[in-house]
Amino acid sequence: MTDFLNALVVFANFVFVPALTYGCQLALGSLGVTMIYSVLRFSNFAQGETMAFGTAITIMMTWWLQSMGVSLGPLPTALLALPVGIFVTALILLFTDRYVYRYYRTKRSKSITFVMASLGVMFIMNGVVRLLLGPNDQNFADGERFFLSADAFRAWSGLDEALVIRTSQALTIILSLLLVGLLFWFLQRTKTGKAMRAYADNENLALLSGINPDRIVRITWIITAALATIAGVLYGLDKGYKPLSYYNLLLPIFAAVIVGGIGKPIGAVVGGFIIAFSEVIVTYAYKKVLTYVLPADMAPDGLVQLLSTEYKFAVSFVILVIVLLVKPTGIFKGKVL
Amino acid sequence: MSQRPSNAPLHDNTVRASIAFLVMAGLLILIGVSQSWALALTILNLCLISALMALGVNIQWGFAGLFNVGIMGFAALGGMATIIVSMPPVKEAWQAGGMAVLFALLSLLATISAALFVHKLLKGKRFHGLLVGLVIVAGVVLTRYLLDPGVAAIEAVNPASTGYLGGLGLPIVFAWIVGGFLAAGAAWLIGKIALGLRSDYLAIATLGISEILVAIMRNEDWLTRGVKNVTGLPRPVPYELELQQAPWFMSLVERINSGTLAGLNSTEHAMVLKSLLVDSSSIFVKLCYTGLFTLVLLIILQLCVLALDSPWGRMVRAIRDNEVAADAMGKDVTGRHLQIFILGSAVVGIAGAMLATLDGQFTPGTYSPLRFTFLIWVMVIVGGSGNNLGAVLGGFLVWLIWVEAEPVGFWLMDALTSGMGEGSGLRKHLLDSAQYMRVIIMGGVLLLVMRFSPWGLLPEQNR
Repeated sequence: MTDFLNALVVFANFVFVPALTYGCQLALGSLGVTMIYSVLRFSNFAQGETMAFGTAITIMMTWWLQSMGVSLGPLPTALLALPVGIFVTALILLFTDRYVYRYYRTKRSKSITFVMASLGVMFIMNGVVRLLLGPNDQNFADGERFFLSADAFRAWSGLDEALVIRTSQALTIILSLLLVGLLFWFLQRTKTGKAMRAYADNENLALLSGINPDRIVRITWIITAALATIAGVLYGLDKGYKPLSYYNLLLPIFAAVIVGGIGKPIGAVVGGFIIAFSEVIVTYAYKKVLTYVLPADMAPDGLVQLLSTEYKFAVSFVILVIVLLVKPTGIFKGKVL
Repeated sequence: MSQRPSNAPLHDNTVRASIAFLVMAGLLILIGVSQSWALALTILNLCLISALMALGVNIQWGFAGLFNVGIMGFAALGGMATIIVSMPPVKEAWQAGGMAVLFALLSLLATISAALFVHKLLKGKRFHGLLVGLVIVAGVVLTRYLLDPGVAAIEAVNPASTGYLGGLGLPIVFAWIVGGFLAAGAAWLIGKIALGLRSDYLAIATLGISEILVAIMRNEDWLTRGVKNVTGLPRPVPYELELQQAPWFMSLVERINSGTLAGLNSTEHAMVLKSLLVDSSSIFVKLCYTGLFTLVLLIILQLCVLALDSPWGRMVRAIRDNEVAADAMGKDVTGRHLQIFILGSAVVGIAGAMLATLDGQFTPGTYSPLRFTFLIWVMVIVGGSGNNLGAVLGGFLVWLIWVEAEPVGFWLMDALTSGMGEGSGLRKHLLDSAQYMRVIIMGGVLLLVMRFSPWGLLPEQNR
C-alpha cells in the first residue's frame, strides 16, 4: 500500500502538477488566439511573441522594483509589475491593429492576408524582444520558492516520496482559475461581453443593432494583451524566461485552439489541458513510478519513456493532425477555419 | 497579394525586369570591386539558391495562394538528402545496427498499414478510435523495441568521427534530386491532411511539420549525426588544393596574370604566382558552383514560366482567383492544390540540398525559421508574388540586403552611440543587439510592401 501511495505521489509530483500548471499557461495563451479568431477572424501567429514581449516588459519593471527595494514578501515581485506589462503590451497591440490590421479589415481582405501580416508583426516583435533583453535566459523569480516543500509533505504524510508544489505553480493555477472565471463572466453577463459575442457570431447583424465595431476590436486586443502577458509571465516564473521557448509555444497553442474548437473560449481551455497532459504524460520517464508499483524482479531497466522530451511538440502536432482528420471542428464544434 | 482586384493596372515588366537585374548585377560588381571578388561570388551563389527557394514558394503562393510556413523543414530535408546520397557508408555501423534499423523501419510500415486496415475495417463501428489507437501504440512500442538497441550500437561506432549509418557514396548532385523527392513526400503527407480545409490550417500544419523535421535531424544521431554535424560532404566541383597543383590551372593563371608577373625575378615570380594561385583557385571553385546553380535555376525558372503559360497554369490561376467558380466549372480544386504544394516544396528541397552542397556540411542546428522561412517569404512578397522572374529578383535583392544589413546596422549603431563613450553599458548592449535590427527591418519591409505595393517589384503580368 505504501508503495502504491509512493508511486501515486511521484506521479502527482512529476506528471499531474506540472501538466496542470502547463495546461493553465497554455489555456490562457490559447484564449487570446481564440478571441482574436472569433472577433477578427484570423489565426494570430504573433501570439507567442506577444507573450514574450509582455514578459520582457514585466521583467524589466520587476528589476526596477527590485532595485527600489520593493517586494511582495512570499509572492514574486513580478505580480506587482504585471499591470505595467499588460498596459505596454496592450498599447503595442492596439498600435499594430491601427497600423497593420485595420487597413486589411476595412478592405475586407482574405484571412490569409491577415495571417501573413501577423507573421510580419511576429518577426518585428521577435527582434524587439531580443533587443530589449537579449536571447538568453533571464531569471526574475523571487519571494518564497515553495508553496508546499518536500520536508513539509514528508512530515505530514510519512512517505518516502514527496509532493512539491512551487509558488509559481500554485500561483499559476489560482490566477488562471480566477482569470478564466472572470473572462467567462465578462462574456456571458456584461453588456460589452454580449456585444462581443454578437459581433463574433454575426458581424452584419451586430452592426445593424448599433454595436460599435472599433470598440469591440479594441477591447478584444486589450483582453488578448492581458491574457498573453499573464500567461507569459506565469510561464516565465515557472520555467524561466527564454525568448525562443515562447516561439515554441505557438504550435501547442494552435493545437489547443483547434482541438477545443476554434473561436470557442471553453474549447481553448479544455484544449490547453488536453495538449499539456498528453505532452507531459507521453514524455515522462516512468521508471520510478513502475519500480514502486511492480514487484522487485520486474523493475524496468530503461527509463520507460515513450518519447524523449525533444519531441514534445510532436505530441501537439499528432493531436492536431488527428483532430484535422477526424473532426476538424474540434470538440466544442467551433468554426472550421 | 495573390488575388488582384479587377481595376489593377496592366503591367508589362520587360523594361522593369531588365533594369532591375542590371542594377542587381551592378551591385554585385560594386561589392566585387570595393570588397572582394570572392565575397561577391559567395553572395551571388547564395542569391542563386535563395532565388530557387523563392521560386518554389512562389509556385505555392503566387500560383495558388497556398501559405506555407514550413519552408525551413523542406529545405532541411533537402540538406539531409546530401548525407544520405553522398557520404560513404559506415560499414561497421551497418554491421552493428543496420539490420535493427531496417527491421524497425519495416515494423513502422507494418504499423501504418495495420492501423489503416483496422481503420477501414471498423469504420463507423464501436471502439473504432480506441482500437486504431491501440494498434498504433503497440506498433510504436514494437518499433522502439527494435530500433533502440540498433541505434545505441550505431552511435557507439567511433562516435567522434562517425557514429551514424553514413550514406550511399553516390555523387552529390544526385542528392539535389533526392532532396526534391524527400521534400515532395513530406509535402504530400501534409497536403493530404491540411488541404481541402481552409487556408490557415495549412499554415499551422506546415509550421508543425517543419519544427518536427528539424527536431528529428537534431536528435537522431544515427541518421544525421545530430548537432555533431556532418562535415566534409563530397563536392561536385574540384578542390582548391588540387587545382593549385594542376598544370593546366597553373598555366591558365600565369597567362591571365602575365602582366603582373612580367619583369619579376624568379623568387618573386614564384611567390606572387603562389598567392595568385590561392586566390584564383577559390574564385574558380566558386565560379563552378555559380555555373551549376545558374543552370538549375534557369531550368526550373523556364519550367515555371512554361507551366504558368499553359492551360494548367490558367486553371491554377483561375482556382486561385475564385475557388468557387473554378469548382463549379468542374476543376478539382483540392487535387490541384495538392499538386502545386508538392511541386513547390520539391523545388525548396532541391534548393536546400544545393545549399548543403555549397556549405560542404550539414548542420541541423543552423536551421532557424527566421532565416529559412521568413526571409524566403520576404523575397517572394518583395519580388512580386505570381511572377516567376519577380521571385528570382526578390531572392537576389533580399539576400543582398540581408547580408549587407548586419555590417550596416552595426556601423549605424556604432555611429549613433559614439557619443556615449567607450565604457557605456547601454552602448555595448546596443552594439550587441545590432544583429536583431535586421529582423526588425525585414519584418518592416514585409509589412510595408504588403500594404503599399502588394504586387511587389515585378508585378504579375496580365495576360
